[in-house]
Amino acid sequence: MSGKTLYDKLWDEHLVKQRDDGSALIYIDRQLLHEVTSPQAFEGLRLANRKPWRVDANLATPDHNVPTTDREKGVDGIVDPVSRTQVETLDKNCDEFGILEFKIRDQRQGIVHVIGPEQGATLPGMTIVCGDSHTSTHGAFGTLAHGIGTSEVEHVLATQCLVQKKMKNMLIRVDGQLGAGVTAKDVILAIIGRIGTAGGTGYAVEFGGEAIRSLSMEGRMTVCNMAIEAGARVGMVAVDDVTIDYVQGRPFAPKGADWDRAVAHWRTLHSDDDAVFDKVIVLDGAAIKPQVTWGTSPEMVVSVDAQVPDPAQEEDPIKREGIVRALRYMGLEPNMPIEAIKLDRVFIGSCTNSRIEDLREAAAVVKGRKVAASLKQAMVVPGSGLVKAQAEQEGLDKIFIEAGLEWRDPGCSMCLAMNADKLGAGEHCASTSNRNFEGRQGFGGRTHLVSPAMAAAAAVTGHFVDVRELIQQGGA
Amino acid sequence: MRPFTQHDGLVAPLDRSNVDTDMIIPKQFLKSIKRSGFGPNLFDELRYLDEGKPDQDSSGRPLNPDFVLNQPRYQGASVLLARHNFGCGSSREHAPWALDDFGFRAIIAPSFADIFYNNCFKNGLLPIVLDEKVVDQLFAEAEHAEGYRLLVDLESRQVKTPTGECFEFEVDDFRRHCLLHGLDDIGVTLEDADAIRAYEDRRRDSAPWLFGAIGRD
Ligand code: SF4
Repeated sequence: MSGKTLYDKLWDEHLVKQRDDGSALIYIDRQLLHEVTSPQAFEGLRLANRKPWRVDANLATPDHNVPTTDREKGVDGIVDPVSRTQVETLDKNCDEFGILEFKIRDQRQGIVHVIGPEQGATLPGMTIVCGDSHTSTHGAFGTLAHGIGTSEVEHVLATQCLVQKKMKNMLIRVDGQLGAGVTAKDVILAIIGRIGTAGGTGYAVEFGGEAIRSLSMEGRMTVCNMAIEAGARVGMVAVDDVTIDYVQGRPFAPKGADWDRAVAHWRTLHSDDDAVFDKVIVLDGAAIKPQVTWGTSPEMVVSVDAQVPDPAQEEDPIKREGIVRALRYMGLEPNMPIEAIKLDRVFIGSCTNSRIEDLREAAAVVKGRKVAASLKQAMVVPGSGLVKAQAEQEGLDKIFIEAGLEWRDPGCSMCLAMNADKLGAGEHCASTSNRNFEGRQGFGGRTHLVSPAMAAAAAVTGHFVDVRELIQQGGA
Repeated sequence: MRPFTQHDGLVAPLDRSNVDTDMIIPKQFLKSIKRSGFGPNLFDELRYLDEGKPDQDSSGRPLNPDFVLNQPRYQGASVLLARHNFGCGSSREHAPWALDDFGFRAIIAPSFADIFYNNCFKNGLLPIVLDEKVVDQLFAEAEHAEGYRLLVDLESRQVKTPTGECFEFEVDDFRRHCLLHGLDDIGVTLEDADAIRAYEDRRRDSAPWLFGAIGRD
């Protein structure tokens, strides 16, 4: 018999009951809650007169609707009354059911996918769910983590379980070493460009290979975060020293004898050498260049030195129509160089790229330079209050502010523009977020997904530029 | 949950692949704390010419005449015909809520995004995967014949065309069972409460650090 994949191990360990019809009850160790996808779930509990099965498995925070300025005012600082109600409803629900919540004025507040790992609420070997598709982020810790809908949020609150069917196994191996200036974001964009936005549908994806192993936890989280953009609900990286070093000493991480026991178990969380995957995809890490999306789907991506594609060259009629439509929406001409795309705004933030390492990478590029005069706005939104504090301790805030970038308070912000931070119609934005769908960052807004270093380079030049050239020049 | 056994309905063809959840229901409408009322904002950016705001009466807004659901022949449609990777993007259940509230009962496509597919079943909405060639054929028929209807039969797992042609589809036994009988999933799972408790007892021994670390002081 062949060995087990990491996914097989996590699945087996959480199997409560295998049913005859092929479905299974899977135990959930941790649920993260936020204000957008939970109100109807709590309401459902109340209507059915049910209580949470295990209060201590849940952690909540508001993130999607919170403003990124004026945070001393707390909930009262949310101008939009509908947004405010949603945040107040989360507070009320958590108070009523006794769930720990980092409220809007708590320094530990932040984007759910940033604070889980930061607090040690995300631990290797767990099953983790959240009513948010980017829950795949937590897979970077060798966890089985995926997004669920609101009905399932309620189901997990009420039963601590989910009804699941086992997915297939996919390995995406990135061999070799990444070049200087090429980051985790470029790796995942290159992967999505290769397999498409539905390439991972039905699979639990494990990312492996030398290039992935060499990434920090922040980088691994960036890669797993966007697994869903390749259609995979689950993205994972095996546990190693990098994982364990990151977890040690976090507030909710085990201590003392528990820690030793946990680590011994976590070290088994990798695919066996003889494990068989249903599908294997291999990329050469050394060949990956900085990536930029030109269209309205993350798979519409090319290297920074390439051109916008020409629909006339596409043979598949449905794809051709897709390119034509995307170019029209994005206001781009076929064959124009990516570097010729002029930008209006730059957004550095989101659960993909708002951790300390992301901010360091961006700061290194803007240091000693100025935001291009042609830009309307360039903003940096840290992923959590603690990331913000750390960045300020390192002086990154000063570097950004001196260069002319805005330094904001933590939240989802312009990633999906549910708060006041939005693109205007027709504006082009270099964004470190994960979705470039039509209207995602504001009605008619045009999003280009890039790494923090590439966004920083775009901020100081006003258009896309290969960040590797700026790195060579050094600070101005 | 509302049961689903059979449904005979007018078909609307949405000829576009990778329809994402931001298209199905844009984010400004996710601020509601209710499950209903999303229908008027289904496909908001495609359907209307202006920018939709939450809490606004959509009845007087300018419609985009090119959008399929605005064409008179598709008024009252309850079966949506779609292309590859329908429902990709976020996990928002507001997407099936909006489709349901608008009046759709079934969606037929060559493929769906996983989370969306799953969310449909929780809301009495049936997503049906048919072979790409079959979907092409249905698109051609629906666009050709005004008033084109399909009969969706979950019991026999079949889609029937007006000429009597039948196409079988696959669906999980568990999901089919719950949908046919309109069962509340949580109730079904709680029948296994003892198994869940036994599992927790084992885990408390083998991995005690997973319990009790998080709580209010
Ligand atoms: S940062 Fe963006 S993608 Fe991440 S959870 Fe917030 S809205 Fe979703």
